[in-house]
Amino acid sequence: MRMISVLASLAMLWLAQGMQNANADDNFIVLQSTTSTKNSGLYEHILPNFTEQTGIEVRVVAVGTGQALQNARNGDGDVLLVHSKTDEEAFVAEGYGVKRLDVMYNDFVLIGPEGDPAKVAGQTSPAEALGRIAKAGVPFASRGDNSGTHKKELLLWHSAGVDPKEHSGQWYREMGSGMGPTINAAVEMGAYTLTDRGTWISFKNKGRHRIVLEGDTGLFNQYAVIRISPEKHPHVRTKLAQTFIDWLVGPDGQAAIGAYRMDGKQLFFPNASDARS
Amino acid sequence: MHVHDFFQAFRLAADLVLAADADLMEIIGLSLRVSLTALVISSLIGFPLGAAAGIWRFPGRGLIAILMNALMSLPPVVVGLLVYFTFSRVGPFGWLELLYTPTAMIVAQTVLVTPIIAALSRQVIEDLNREYAEQFRSFSVPPGAAIQAMLWDARYSLLTVALAGFGRAIAEVGAVIIVGGNINHYTRVMTTAIALETSKGDLAFALALGIVLLVIALSVNAAVMGLRATAMRYAYA
Amino acid sequence: MRERADQSDAAETNLSSLPALFPAQTRSLVFEAGGKRLIDNVDLTLQHGSITVVMGPNGAGKSLLLRLLHGLLKATSGDVLWGGRAMCEDIRRRQAMVFQQPVMLRRTVAANIDFVLKLHGTLQRERRDELLEMAGLVAFAQQPARALSGGEQQRLALVRALAAQPDVLFLDEPTASLDPASISAIERLVRLAYDDGAKIIFVTHAFGQAKRLADDVVFMHGGRLVEQGPAKAFFDNPNTREAQDYLDGRLVF
Repeated sequence: MRMISVLASLAMLWLAQGMQNANADDNFIVLQSTTSTKNSGLYEHILPNFTEQTGIEVRVVAVGTGQALQNARNGDGDVLLVHSKTDEEAFVAEGYGVKRLDVMYNDFVLIGPEGDPAKVAGQTSPAEALGRIAKAGVPFASRGDNSGTHKKELLLWHSAGVDPKEHSGQWYREMGSGMGPTINAAVEMGAYTLTDRGTWISFKNKGRHRIVLEGDTGLFNQYAVIRISPEKHPHVRTKLAQTFIDWLVGPDGQAAIGAYRMDGKQLFFPNASDARS
Repeated sequence: MHVHDFFQAFRLAADLVLAADADLMEIIGLSLRVSLTALVISSLIGFPLGAAAGIWRFPGRGLIAILMNALMSLPPVVVGLLVYFTFSRVGPFGWLELLYTPTAMIVAQTVLVTPIIAALSRQVIEDLNREYAEQFRSFSVPPGAAIQAMLWDARYSLLTVALAGFGRAIAEVGAVIIVGGNINHYTRVMTTAIALETSKGDLAFALALGIVLLVIALSVNAAVMGLRATAMRYAYA
Repeated sequence: MRERADQSDAAETNLSSLPALFPAQTRSLVFEAGGKRLIDNVDLTLQHGSITVVMGPNGAGKSLLLRLLHGLLKATSGDVLWGGRAMCEDIRRRQAMVFQQPVMLRRTVAANIDFVLKLHGTLQRERRDELLEMAGLVAFAQQPARALSGGEQQRLALVRALAAQPDVLFLDEPTASLDPASISAIERLVRLAYDDGAKIIFVTHAFGQAKRLADDVVFMHGGRLVEQGPAKAFFDNPNTREAQDYLDGRLVF
């Protein structure tokens, strides 16, 4: 019995220690981010540089753009990095964000199963491609989660003159999941889906899926960074957040983004200077 | 996911463990720390609560039993959301700055596990009380002392109850991913790491992590059951 | 056992400071359950300084009467008075009861006794060892109580009850399922408790046991108190028809 109580005391000590450590360091910011940037491994590549230079730890919370915006509205974060321009501008206009700055871009690609049952390959515009999918009734996996990618996809359907919601549950499958689980499902279902190129290149479970449409200007995917306004949420770590943003859109951050390669391919293209000039 | 990946996962799991991969050890450490702390707190609340509900007759006792049993099936995501709204900047306890910390994860898992501990220990204590009640009344055991004595005498059954609670805590992902945020080197635990690897499409690696989690759960259960068996030979029959 | 001789002064002072429990009385005691009257208008008076054996056929209400006296059950109507006072926690703390099925705490034999000693604020190693010695369980002190045999368990239950230093000891058919050696050990312990000054109220079915132990007898039948008197008179020459039939029945088998 005595041994048990000694063991129990030691365990409690260890647990208490952990709790203390957890809250000791205050030199950090919380970044509300879209999943695509996190799942592609970008942060693990660029953030150690930043932390080394500044001593600031960046805690990345990766959720869909919709949830990231909502979390940021609630003040649960210092910096926002997402890809849905209309929403971002609204966020700043409502006073939650200080300023929207372009950081980098990549593009969306349409991926589909081997054999391309809807005969999408060779089409040039996303509208035509989606129109073919709808006509053929081949499964299409949609994020269905209000994320930036989802919103982009809805815009493309709109331009194709198709209301996919009418076919929800039939060939149009609203996954309600992040990018990764949606691709996993698309691979299993033999479905088409829209994904950002970064996620696709770094994705491990590609199966026999391949890119069937890419390169159209309508598939452009811009990422932007916004500092959360201290006027709405006075507690935000304004100074640390600004340091991070300055670095991200500055030469060091931009170079780090441009240098990130996966399987020899560049995933994100820095364009902060374009926007500022 | 193919058969090849499936076997690959076992090899990966073995490699990870044998190499004592630093990141993995950190994640396992945090998983255990968060879930065990939640378990300790849940036990401190749940055992006396369950015992009181199992021993004392009071109006609404049946209702409390139903409520406790119902709370056992609370979805982790719902608990995550409740804790999120509690600790969000716009929530009542936002000023504590606990969101996206291990502490918030402990709180969420405590909310998740306490009903399990309370409901199951109520059952255990109620059974024991059926045997003890008349003798304790004869001894004029004060209510507080009765609860204490029955918790102590039921300790090996309650160990199993605690294991059930631990299992729920270590295995859930819905709550900790919302309130912890799955932040690398800070709030990433086994289950959120598995979710992340799944969303990266690295299913073999995700499964390998799952296997490691299973091994941890097995070890904890084996250790506790071993302790229980040894102890029962000494003080219990 | 309690070393009365050495501590007689202290014990006397202690006793005199507590209100007397005797005579104990029930007045028009009624207990009903499930629409049935199980204890029917019992008026009983018990005096200090004797072993009272409660007898009667199955369903006579012996166990219920014991539980009403000890305050484990609440009377439907009527009173239980100890020294003129209604049953309360203070009174029950001066009583102890041994049940037909001993309730063993899931602990060691020693810890079972310590539990009661602690409740009464008299936890002492010497006292516990003394009780273990009385029960002949010293060798089993660190064994789990529930691993003991039936007879050993009942001996433990008895000395555990005595750990409370009760002024009244209730026993509800404590030897009903025990072998002769165990029965003898239990009866010896009951005698010791009696010699030490406790009032004994002992329910039994066993005719021989009643004869061995009883100073006086309470005979119950159908929830009613049928007869009460000195043991010898009861066995030799019962006053009532019911008691006569019961004794005859017992003698035949």
